[in-house]
Amino acid sequence: MQTKRTIFPNKLLPYLLLTPQLAITIIFFLWPAGQALKSSFEREDPFGFKTTFVWFHNYARLFSDPEYLNSVWRTAIFAVSVTAISMSVSLLLAVAVNRLLRSGKFYTTLLVWPYAVAPVVAGILWWFMFNPTIGILPYLLDQFGINWNHRINGSQAMILVVIAAAWKQISYNFLFFVAGLQSVPQSLTEAAAIDGAGPFKRFWTIVFPLLSPTTFFLMIVNINYAMFDTFGTIDATTQGGPAGATNTLVYKVYADGFLGLNIGSSSAQSVMLMLIVIALTVIQFRWVERRVQY
Amino acid sequence: MLRITAAAGLAALAVTLTSSVAMAQTEIAWWHAMGAELGEKLESIAQGFNESQSDYKIVPVFKGTYPETLTAAIAAFRANEQPAIVQVFEVGTGTMMAAKGAVYPVYQLMADQGEPWDVSGFLTPVTGYYSDTDGNILSMPFNSSTPIMYYNKDVFEKAGLDPEVAPKTWAEVEQFSQKIVDSGAAKCGFTTAWVSWIQTENLSAIHDQPFGTLENGFGGLGTEFTFNGDVQVKHWDNLKKWADSGLFQYGGPVGGSDAPPKFYAQECAMFMNSSAGRAGVILNSKDFTPGFAPLPYYDDVTTDPKNSIIGGATLWTLNGRSPEEYAGVAKFFTYLSQPEIQADWHQFSGYLPITNAAYDLGKEQGYYAANPGSDIAINQITRGTPTANSKGIRFGNLTQVRDVVDSEFEALLSGQKNAQEALDAAVERGNQILRDFEAANS
Repeated sequence: MQTKRTIFPNKLLPYLLLTPQLAITIIFFLWPAGQALKSSFEREDPFGFKTTFVWFHNYARLFSDPEYLNSVWRTAIFAVSVTAISMSVSLLLAVAVNRLLRSGKFYTTLLVWPYAVAPVVAGILWWFMFNPTIGILPYLLDQFGINWNHRINGSQAMILVVIAAAWKQISYNFLFFVAGLQSVPQSLTEAAAIDGAGPFKRFWTIVFPLLSPTTFFLMIVNINYAMFDTFGTIDATTQGGPAGATNTLVYKVYADGFLGLNIGSSSAQSVMLMLIVIALTVIQFRWVERRVQY
Repeated sequence: MLRITAAAGLAALAVTLTSSVAMAQTEIAWWHAMGAELGEKLESIAQGFNESQSDYKIVPVFKGTYPETLTAAIAAFRANEQPAIVQVFEVGTGTMMAAKGAVYPVYQLMADQGEPWDVSGFLTPVTGYYSDTDGNILSMPFNSSTPIMYYNKDVFEKAGLDPEVAPKTWAEVEQFSQKIVDSGAAKCGFTTAWVSWIQTENLSAIHDQPFGTLENGFGGLGTEFTFNGDVQVKHWDNLKKWADSGLFQYGGPVGGSDAPPKFYAQECAMFMNSSAGRAGVILNSKDFTPGFAPLPYYDDVTTDPKNSIIGGATLWTLNGRSPEEYAGVAKFFTYLSQPEIQADWHQFSGYLPITNAAYDLGKEQGYYAANPGSDIAINQITRGTPTANSKGIRFGNLTQVRDVVDSEFEALLSGQKNAQEALDAAVERGNQILRDFEAANS
């Protein structure tokens, strides 16, 4: 079959049309990333009077610093937990809402609300609820003999930031899952039901595989969210403590660069963070995506 | 929320001011870190100056916390958009002093502009803390504080203690706390804000122990930390012991944001915090009577506790603004130095009276007699003769070092390390930060 092809003879026009997007990418991404790369090889006083090129000194210092390696490990725990919890809870909610015919819209609206809460505000709300002195949850846990003090107990601090960060992302995941579930053809599940498949069997063998593009997309988004966007939540709840138990890579970049004014080390850390995320995304697209059925 | 209100208030203020005065004024930006009541008071001081003359207008801008303000000023300096005046906390003093090209020293500014500048008018601890090696003051002292102890008189009474007698020594703190907890008068004996500043830096000064070599860093950038000595180890060891037995509760890193609620909610009977916390304590102690006392000391280490050291902030003038602005800055600093302004700010906020004249004025007004406990801070910081160990501390990148101290203290509390290991680790990590600073600034 012959297809009709439209030909644009103008060679310049496509580039012209791309200019705004390219300009935004260059100004807001490539330029700052280049600056970070440059500073990561330098040692500089905060005011920028003296700049010395120090080769890989900043990187060498990072990898010999047990605090940094600890931070890598904490970030891995944090990112995996946040992604797993926020995705599984939102999938559960989406499946539940999808079964409701009339009130579905109402629940959807309610469940989207947390997404509108700014990370710092969300962090403060959680800080307030979990506050060892005035919080409601430590008070309730005390009734069960659990002594909650995330100021001292690192595992509890990690639980707190994971819950706060996952809660924030549930709305977003939920919306995508609801949309994904609605595009699963009803006829398939009905056919399976007639063949005698129960609800669980139908979900795992039909709905879940058909949902895999959404799940895959959300997984990338969630890992990126956990690694980059959770800084506000951590700052408002634990400030990376106690004893570095919740000091994730992105929070350490902030603490060393903005509070500590150590620009060289902070830049080296952000370059490392950039590399980690690029690597993760490549791995996901090359290996995980193969198992996705579009 | 706070920031929005502050910004809105500022905008309103700016509108009213611009509409009422002529356009020939020179505007001078003043970046500061005072929120809530203190911020409003600061703005009223600026307004007072603006109304006192018509050539210059000070425009205060709230920039967030102390570290945020410092970072914002440095970023602005690099972009050539710096304010003429910026408020920098005492922890940033080392960083600012090392940045010679960025700073217009206040003594030089006042001399250049022909404004009066009398160093001897300031309290000795203030001049001691903020002078460079040549004895010149580089920034304008504004809000200086020192830690003191607050206690709950009602809880003391309930526990069978004399509410008018606060513990003087750490042994008494332990003994009183035990009695308070045992009697059920409160759940915990004491809590503290600022573990690094109060329980480590000030502890060292009061017991005349070095915090670092080269006169606690005053002697140069080659300084190294030494705060892992016997006294500090003993104190941290005790804090861990008391935390385990419930006598002491930890209030969190940096400023210890969980500590004030513990005291206000009467969960902890004693609370160590900056003297500038006084206004907050009075405001939040509607249900009980607060008492004020000096920081405790170990009487088996010293019988003559030294002065405590300074916290708070000073005003730095940054280079790169116009000569007219500097003339205005000098006039404003002269205005700020007046005893009436100083005494008003000190009495409102709980910060120290920075000049002797302001202190004398307060005495004349009968302020200290009418407000028991309001002179604890000044008496504590001026007692005895300061030694090299109690004059203060001066280290570059101190914000980062304090984070390290907090983090090692948390490692101690959670049982990962003992006091000696935690302090050794803090010293080692702190020294690396000092070497970074030395390398970047020499």
